[in-house]
Amino acid sequence: MNTVTPTASNTRAARSEPALLPPVDVVEDASGITLYADLPGVPRDKLDLRVDGDLLVIEAEVVLPVPQGMQASHAEVTLSRYRRTFTLSKELDADKVSAELNQGVLRLRIPKAEHAQPRKISVRVQ
Amino acid sequence: MLYRSLFPRDLFAEFDRLQRDMQGAFGGAPSIRGLGRNGYPALNVGTTPSSVEVYAFAPGLEPGSIEVNLDRGVLSIAGERKADAPQRDEKTTLHIDERFAGRFRRVVSLPDDIDPNAVSADYRDGVLHVSVQRRAEAQPRRIAVQ
Repeated sequence: MNTVTPTASNTRAARSEPALLPPVDVVEDASGITLYADLPGVPRDKLDLRVDGDLLVIEAEVVLPVPQGMQASHAEVTLSRYRRTFTLSKELDADKVSAELNQGVLRLRIPKAEHAQPRKISVRVQ
Repeated sequence: MLYRSLFPRDLFAEFDRLQRDMQGAFGGAPSIRGLGRNGYPALNVGTTPSSVEVYAFAPGLEPGSIEVNLDRGVLSIAGERKADAPQRDEKTTLHIDERFAGRFRRVVSLPDDIDPNAVSADYRDGVLHVSVQRRAEAQPRRIAVQ
C-alpha cells in the first residue's frame, strides 16, 4: 500500500517533460470515488502520487529489463513516463486517499468527507 | 488529400481522417495485420544480435491466463482482461471509461533465424516480456583470413 501525502512541491520542471497519458476509469459511489489507471511497467517505487492543492497528480516511470545493445525495431510505447492530473472537488477528502498498485494497475480510492456524505433532501411540492 | 467529411462538425471523424492521412504520409505500407496503435496491449519489439525481445504492455492480467504461442515464426499473445469497475447500478456512476476490457489478441511476425525452442516469457508490473533466442549458426561471426 502506498499512501498519498499532500505536498506543495513545485512540479513545474517535471511537468514540462513529455509523458504518456495513461487511460483511466473513474467510478463514483455514495461514499467516494475510485480511480483505476493503467501504468504498465511501473514498479512500486517509481510511482509518485500527490495531492497539490486541489490537484491530484499521478506520475510514474517505466522500468523495463532491456538487454544490452538492444535496438528497437517497432515501438508503440515511445516514452518512459506517465503523467495525469485531475482536479478534485471540495467534497472529497484528499487526506484519506488510499492507493494500491498491482501488475501495472493503480487503484485509488478517494473517500468523500464526512459532511459531504449523501443526505436525502425532501422536496416540497406546493 | 482533400475530401469533405460526411459529418463535418464531428471532431472525432476529423481526428480519424487526420490519423489516416498521417499514416499515408509517413507509414507507407502498413502491415496487413494493421498497426494496432490504439490496441491493447501496446507492443515494443527490439533485437539484439542473439535475441528478439517483445514487450507487451498488458496491465492487470492473471499471469496464468495469458496465452503466448509461437507458430511458424509468428508470435501471438492473447488473453482476456476483466473489467475492474463494479457492475453499474443506480448508486454508482461511471464518469470516465477509457481502459480496455475484453478479449485481445496481438500477433508479431519474427525474423527467420529465431530458435523456436529457446523462448522465455515473464510477466512483471503489467508487462509481458517474451525473449526469443536466435540460432547460433545465424549469428555474425568474424571469419579469419588465412
